Amino acid sequence: MASNHYDNIRERTRNFCIVAHIDHGKSTLADRMIERTGLLTSREMQDQVLDNMELERERGITIKSQAVRLVYKAKDGVEYIFNLIDTPGHVDFNYEVSRSLAACDGAILVVDATQGIQAQTLANVYLALEHDLDVFPVINKIDLPSAMPEEVRHEIEDVIGIEAEDAPLISAKQGIGIEDVLEAVVEKIPAPEGNAEEPLKALIFDSLYDSYRGVIVFCRIRDGVIKKGMQVRMMATGAVVEVVEVGYFGPGQFIPCDELAAGQVGYFTASIKNIKDARVGDTVTEHTRPCAEPLPGYKRAQPMVYCGLYPADSAKYPDLRDALEKLQLNDASLFFEPETSLALGFGFRCGFLGLLHMEVILERLEREYDLDLISTAPGVVYKVYKTDGTMIELTNPSNLPDPAKIEHMEEPIVSAEIMVTTEFIGPIMQLCQERRGRYLDTEYIEATRAVLKYELPLNEIIYDFFDALKSRSRGYASFDYDLKGYETSELVKMDILVNKEPVDALSFIVHAAGAYERGRKMCEKLKEEIPRQLFDVPIQAAVGGRIIARETVRQLRKDVLAKCYGGDISRKKKLLEKQKEGKKRMQIVGNVEIPKEAFMNVLKLDAGN
Amino acid sequence: MSEYMGVRPVSLYLHFPFCERKCRYCDFLSGPAGEKTREEYIDLLCREIELRAREIRRAADGSQQADACSSPAQSGAAVDSVFIGGGTPSLMTPAQAARVMETIRSCIPVLPDAEISMEVNPGTVSPEKLRGFKAAGIGRLSIGVQSFDDSELRLLGRIHTSAEARETFLAAREAGFANINLDLMSALPGQNIETWSHTLEEAVSLGPEHISAYSLIIEDGTPLASLLDAGKLPDLPSEEEDRRMYHFTKQFLASKGYRRYEISNYAKKGYECRHNCGYWTGHEYLGLGLGASSCLGDERFRNPDKMDEYRTAVMSMNDHNSAETMRRERQRLTQKDRMEEFMFLGLRMTEGVSESEFERRFGVSPEDVFGSVIHRHLDQKVISRIPVNVTGSSDDGSDFRISLTEYGLDVANYVMADYLL
Repeated sequence: MASNHYDNIRERTRNFCIVAHIDHGKSTLADRMIERTGLLTSREMQDQVLDNMELERERGITIKSQAVRLVYKAKDGVEYIFNLIDTPGHVDFNYEVSRSLAACDGAILVVDATQGIQAQTLANVYLALEHDLDVFPVINKIDLPSAMPEEVRHEIEDVIGIEAEDAPLISAKQGIGIEDVLEAVVEKIPAPEGNAEEPLKALIFDSLYDSYRGVIVFCRIRDGVIKKGMQVRMMATGAVVEVVEVGYFGPGQFIPCDELAAGQVGYFTASIKNIKDARVGDTVTEHTRPCAEPLPGYKRAQPMVYCGLYPADSAKYPDLRDALEKLQLNDASLFFEPETSLALGFGFRCGFLGLLHMEVILERLEREYDLDLISTAPGVVYKVYKTDGTMIELTNPSNLPDPAKIEHMEEPIVSAEIMVTTEFIGPIMQLCQERRGRYLDTEYIEATRAVLKYELPLNEIIYDFFDALKSRSRGYASFDYDLKGYETSELVKMDILVNKEPVDALSFIVHAAGAYERGRKMCEKLKEEIPRQLFDVPIQAAVGGRIIARETVRQLRKDVLAKCYGGDISRKKKLLEKQKEGKKRMQIVGNVEIPKEAFMNVLKLDAGN
Repeated sequence: MSEYMGVRPVSLYLHFPFCERKCRYCDFLSGPAGEKTREEYIDLLCREIELRAREIRRAADGSQQADACSSPAQSGAAVDSVFIGGGTPSLMTPAQAARVMETIRSCIPVLPDAEISMEVNPGTVSPEKLRGFKAAGIGRLSIGVQSFDDSELRLLGRIHTSAEARETFLAAREAGFANINLDLMSALPGQNIETWSHTLEEAVSLGPEHISAYSLIIEDGTPLASLLDAGKLPDLPSEEEDRRMYHFTKQFLASKGYRRYEISNYAKKGYECRHNCGYWTGHEYLGLGLGASSCLGDERFRNPDKMDEYRTAVMSMNDHNSAETMRRERQRLTQKDRMEEFMFLGLRMTEGVSESEFERRFGVSPEDVFGSVIHRHLDQKVISRIPVNVTGSSDDGSDFRISLTEYGLDVANYVMADYLL
């Protein structure tokens, strides 16, 4: 085909994403754009088309990247092809954001007119600018009485330093100003570059496993053309496969087409059974006519948070393994390997990008795979330098070497930005100090709002920092972080003993200075969590064999129904059944019945402060 | 089905849902009503007795025909106990009580030594009325004394004083009642071991044959629960105090010749309440009256518990539709249900359950069904397993009984829940 055909399509194409702080209206705007371009009538639209995982809808968050192609007839009379790539908004999923941004040429920045710039707004904009994307802002929720569009406009210019004078004022919810956004996409986002005549050069930015078609590879074509029947090579893995199908993204479905050319975003399948053969970030080229250089890939996301996952019913161990394998097919950032616990039996040590990622995976395992799980204290990866000069990366506190053999330990530190209204600066600074934060700087965005900059140990923020932040700022603080590196720290392993027996699943690593306080709180919390048993149950916290805190769950003294005559039997039996159900939710450790939730709940020490 | 002298024994429970005034702790099906309503209710009850008695006899005859091996001596069903409860059944007139009893006797055989009990509230009966009940065939009275402390009685919302309770007891003796129970309550708000031991001593000084001592259960939705929540009553006894009272009760009553035979029940030898023991041993019972529960054959069910619905059901009932018309919340008992109930009801009694009886009824041993639970409970010392000699048994003559230990009785729910399969 003539090259001007490809150039014509390319010049009418816009590849972009929408970035925003959580709840600023990103998905709603995407829905309106889909609706307005006539892809779906509003009757056919299910709310938030792009968030198609049940969990995503429920939580109002985007976890997996999604893409959709829209056709928009602009005021200049030309039909444009929009490839809208939705990105997750949460810090845990930054790696997903990076991947998606690599497929885009520009980004719409959505800012809530009632809240202004928030921590994730900044984080996402910086990420977009790092990828050389052209960013233009829109100001959303102007229909709300508390909207301050003019203030927000200035804030965007002052804080981010991008032009906001003609930023569309919109209400995605009410459908106001959507046309302006569509026109701005045409004007402000550049057409993709690239040459369809060159050898194929495409970036894999995501993938999905489908049990019928194998791996579905999401790609952005930089140069050349990809079509059915072509032999393609993955430049990093060297795998060579034959393309079975190419296509683009319809709303919630894949639409096959003949070919994808330079500048296009779409997918291909090639009967790839192993997701590892189509690594995200790899470059796809034609086997017989390869391009000279691969595209610069991006770093694979490393798990930051680890915990043990155990089936509540030990017979379900193979089911848990199968479920984890299936989830991993679509989530390469999920890590797992078998481990055993004295308290909990056979399970897996799993690695996650962050606590939200962990919660999402746990919920999916329980819901989609109907598994009843016990999870152990989440922890970070510590570097343990031994006296023999070797170093191990510690993901499970139980594997900590004999203290005599440890030279020193290091823990991961993050750079955190917390955006907060000035009235809450005091409480938030106090929180950061309690969490061993190192204060760097305060930047005032305006008279009433500031960004606090801290360095914080990752292990201080993985359990409940987010909750504590929200409760101490009445929900107004927002937070974002980046891994900074590792630092030497005085760390100790805390053991929790229930009825004099150490419960390995409750062990964790803690900074020596906070050990006593943490031990005391853990014991108090466990006392609340463990129901009374038929004997007194001592709960102790110990560091290096020394008991530093103790509580006692007193023996159950009275649990009896005084009356049970003819008319009572059915009702009393229901009561006993309820009690039995409660017992089923218990894990017997030694001879103590511990509720499964306790393993997770004991970590939430700061809630309600 | 257990047999007795060649007949199928059945217990009858009769519900009388009226009282003078609702007590603060009460969540039973009862309330005040005028004389006319009560008379109408007795009419309905008698009609129900006639039709339901025929239903039982038909069922008994049917099972006899179906069972080719049954002895020729079998002659259908017979009543071995009657319990008239409430509400306050002693609000009935002696004439009404007599009518009810005559209706029963005219419809279904009543064994000569049947236990016939009635609940009586102090303050509702004159000596004359008590004589009337005796004449009507009532043999055993259960008097709702609750406490011999007047301030505790006021707090519970009882209509009588401790003096009236004493008078009622003495009048009952005077009227010829030789089998009397006193109901008492411990763990009341503000109660302590002194006031409780006073109540126990007063009760024992009267010399009843039977004492029921219940630890108060605060039921949701009762005035007592709201008053406690609002802080308008003295505090409930602490757990320690509560247990002290509870254990004192057992020791004190034992020293006075009352043996604890069930979690809350104490009796002089031979005076254990046969009707109530029936509930704990899987005996069949037919509940008559508003909202009364039954367990017949392999079915447990309840009568309608709204008066209008009950009236309509009784009036439209005939010999062909009695089951469909009256039975609500019908629940078919499976072998599993029966095994569970055998255990958790049987364990309420201090003598516990017999392993050979379990095996005779279900064809498997408790060890087969509950082995790991039994072993754990033995380790935890919440049950004991004691050999007993069975005379006249065909095999080696030995049996084991499983019963709750003293501590097991304290935490009976915790233990019993483990016997649900």
